[in-house]
Amino acid sequence: MAKNDNLQGSLELLVLKILSTRPRLHGYGILNAIQVLSEDILRVEEGSLYPALHRMEETGLIKGQWVPQESGRRLRGYELTQRGEEYLKSEEIRWTTVAGAVQRILKFA
Amino acid sequence: MSWLTRFVNAMNPDRARRELEEELNSHIEEAVRHGRSPDEARRAFGAALRHQDESSDVRILPWLESLVSDIRFGLRQLAKRRGVSAAAILSLALAAGAVTGVFRLVEAIILRPLPINSPEKLHYAEIWARDREGKPSVQDDFDYPHFQRYRDLLKTQADLLLLAYSARQELILPGAEQPERFHRQYVSGNVFPIFGLKPAAGRLLTPEDDIKPGGHPVAVISHHYWTRRFGRDPAAIGKTFRYGKHVYEIVGVAPEGFVGTEPGVMADAFLPSVMNVDALDKPGWSWFRIWIRPKADVSVSTIKQRLQASLTNERREQLKDWIAGTSKERIDAHLSARVQLLPAAAGVSDLQRRFRRPLLILGILAALVLLIACANVANLRAAQNMSRARELAVRASIGAGRGRLVQLALVESALIAILASVIGTVFAWFSVPYVVSLLTPEENPVLLVLDADWSLLAFVSTLALVITFLFGFAPAVRASSLQPANVLKGGEDPRSHQRFINSLLGVQVAFCMTVLFVAGLLVSSFARLVHQPLGFVADNLLVISTETPRKTAGDSWTQSARQLRQFAGVESSAVSGWALMSGNRWTVAVRNNGIVSEVSPVALDISPGFFATMRIPFLGGRDFRPGDRQPNLDEDQRPTPGTAIVNEALARMWFKGDSPVGKSLEVYVSKDLVATVEIVGYVGDARYRNLRDPIYPTLYVPFEDRGNASFLLRSQPGRPLDPSYLRSEIPRVLPGSRVRNVLSQTALVNQHSIRERLLATLAVFFTAVALILAGMGLYGVLTYSVIRRRREIGIRMALGARSQDVVCRVALQVALPLLLGSLTGIAGGLAIERPIRALLFETKGAEAGMLVLPALALLLVAVAAALPPVTQAARVDPARTLRAD
Repeated sequence: MAKNDNLQGSLELLVLKILSTRPRLHGYGILNAIQVLSEDILRVEEGSLYPALHRMEETGLIKGQWVPQESGRRLRGYELTQRGEEYLKSEEIRWTTVAGAVQRILKFA
Repeated sequence: MSWLTRFVNAMNPDRARRELEEELNSHIEEAVRHGRSPDEARRAFGAALRHQDESSDVRILPWLESLVSDIRFGLRQLAKRRGVSAAAILSLALAAGAVTGVFRLVEAIILRPLPINSPEKLHYAEIWARDREGKPSVQDDFDYPHFQRYRDLLKTQADLLLLAYSARQELILPGAEQPERFHRQYVSGNVFPIFGLKPAAGRLLTPEDDIKPGGHPVAVISHHYWTRRFGRDPAAIGKTFRYGKHVYEIVGVAPEGFVGTEPGVMADAFLPSVMNVDALDKPGWSWFRIWIRPKADVSVSTIKQRLQASLTNERREQLKDWIAGTSKERIDAHLSARVQLLPAAAGVSDLQRRFRRPLLILGILAALVLLIACANVANLRAAQNMSRARELAVRASIGAGRGRLVQLALVESALIAILASVIGTVFAWFSVPYVVSLLTPEENPVLLVLDADWSLLAFVSTLALVITFLFGFAPAVRASSLQPANVLKGGEDPRSHQRFINSLLGVQVAFCMTVLFVAGLLVSSFARLVHQPLGFVADNLLVISTETPRKTAGDSWTQSARQLRQFAGVESSAVSGWALMSGNRWTVAVRNNGIVSEVSPVALDISPGFFATMRIPFLGGRDFRPGDRQPNLDEDQRPTPGTAIVNEALARMWFKGDSPVGKSLEVYVSKDLVATVEIVGYVGDARYRNLRDPIYPTLYVPFEDRGNASFLLRSQPGRPLDPSYLRSEIPRVLPGSRVRNVLSQTALVNQHSIRERLLATLAVFFTAVALILAGMGLYGVLTYSVIRRRREIGIRMALGARSQDVVCRVALQVALPLLLGSLTGIAGGLAIERPIRALLFETKGAEAGMLVLPALALLLVAVAAALPPVTQAARVDPARTLRAD
């Protein structure tokens, strides 16, 4: 539904949050989780997700690992690093603050 | 993602891409598993390439990847032109390695300061004088009476150190059956304290060990000897050994790294100078150098003046004892002696003195070759870049920035430099010990402390890198500044580039010619020196120097020599005071018809059979027989007559070339008394002392009582004698004797041409490298020129020019640089010849042969190098060439 390209900054926040409770989740799983948890409101394109994942891996927020499956395939699963956890905490606070402020203005403006 | 991961990814971009693909593919499979259609899933990825590229650029550094691809490309390019690249790398390697090697030698022999306190404060004394012909003579050896005199003279102003010549001796350690060789150096007691050295074990010698003659049988061994012989066993201290007339006790070990004061010799043991008892009271027996350290606030020139005053006085006193009627020239020469105090910071040795100038020459040759290599590299790069101009232009036009192009060129230069460094280091590593082995005969090998190690690699690499960047960079920058459109249109390159390359060629040829010329001088000098007729046959001749504790009768020696003849394999035998060409000399003053001769002949005492053994031809008269005596003084100090055999040179000098048999001479047996000598034999000239001096007039006298002598054994060809057998047999033949040394006569002769051999060998090597380099340079320039002017040649041929005209045109353009370069090179060579004239032997640069041969060699190489490109030019097919554009 809403193809949200501007979700970039918040995309990282969402990925980090999802990974914080679901260690070693692969790309498809993250995509699915966002869709399901947002009740289909947010759907992220693969073309946005994977670059974001690799960027986050490069900056050290998440760590990727190859997970072998019984079928012989490998899945690449990601998990939070220490740095990622700290980043998640601060980002969550920031986002809540900003969202709250926007909400207040919409109510009272 | 860590830098390591990034680097790894850069090194192997394919693997990174594959992993990415795998991840994306497994995503699609998951999606399919969860119910989406495969097509939709794939489409959802959109431009997969873009994703991959975006993702992958995140994982890989673009710059690193371009660098890797440049390296791969550079290696491929080098492999494509295997011959030229190999020649460039090899010549750079050889040149850099050679320069490094020479530098290492110079450093080890001449420059490196001794590992002691304040080496710069130390000086050693030399006496410079002129002989009566005006030739300079240098003396740096002194006798003990002089040492004592100078020490007392300078007592408050300077410390005098006695440092003897390290001599190779044989001693027997307890428990060993065979004597072993070791180097001993007598030193005065103050040497170790003044040098500020601390013992590695035990104690070092002090002034208290240097007082009573023969009363301090203690020794300090070097760390190197301690390791080699005793395995660093602390129990070595306290061990004793017998040497000469004393039994010494080892009291300590010198610190590591101190091996004496003579570069080229490593002393194994240091003994107090007063232990050389026999020499202490003998004026004229000189066995050491005097080193001086001025005390604080005393200048070197003050000390020099005082020593000079003492020397001049002494010489004037000596004149009073001289034979009346001595010529003025000899008197002036005697008084011309001047004291010189020279720096001793790097040690002093004969090796240094003999090889200082040769090493300098080698350094110059190596530097010239290096410069040729530089020019070569520059030329190659320039030509390469030009021939790839089109490719570079294409790269530039599709967006490769100038930076990228320069990077590409730099990478290629770096590859050449790195390869050359590695090869050059290996070469320098092996070549320096080889050159050192050329410095002395195997009997007495030169031992130098050569730093192993990384400094060598660093030196060579720096050289190679500096050269390639200096000479590879300029062409690279020039190449990147070309206008692509111009080149792609086939436009004419700037003429200045051609001129630059041609002048580089001229420079190369000049240097090459200089090297050729100097090498020619050195080689011909060596050849002339060793082809000097000896006057005797040196092959298959063994010299066994033997000593007895007391003077043994001449008859015993002669008898022993006769007995040795019975040994298997011995063709003839004799005994003499020493061997010819061993460096010893004994001159006698002679009077003929009442006139004291200006020239004093040399003398040698010999046994009957000497001339047969040495194969010196008899020209008249007879050999010595029992009963012949030397001229001498009897117990009442009255002269007794004797017999002698003389050589041609003496006969020419005093008897106008007539046979001197039956005539007589008067020989001075003391200051004023002469004894008559009857000449009973007349033999051919034989070299006495070295290869350079002319043949001396020689007086051979019968063998009489001596404490040491040399047996001469000629063996049958193909049946060499066994030295160890002789060592054990001779004491049996001559009871009480001990063999000091067994040498071949050939080795004794060769030791006089070592320097020349070294120079000639290395000069040939440098010449070969220089010629190869110059040839390569020429080949490169011509090839480039032909390629560049292919269209022009094609047009000319299409318009009717014949191949000969084309060939002439191509060849002519290099004729000028070749000619100018050759002339400059010869001029340079002549300039170098002057300072090295002392090293040459009967060779002059201005001779026709010396000029013609190098020119011919260079011409030959030039023709060989020019042949391929010139034939290529002649074979240009006009139709195909013109069509290609």
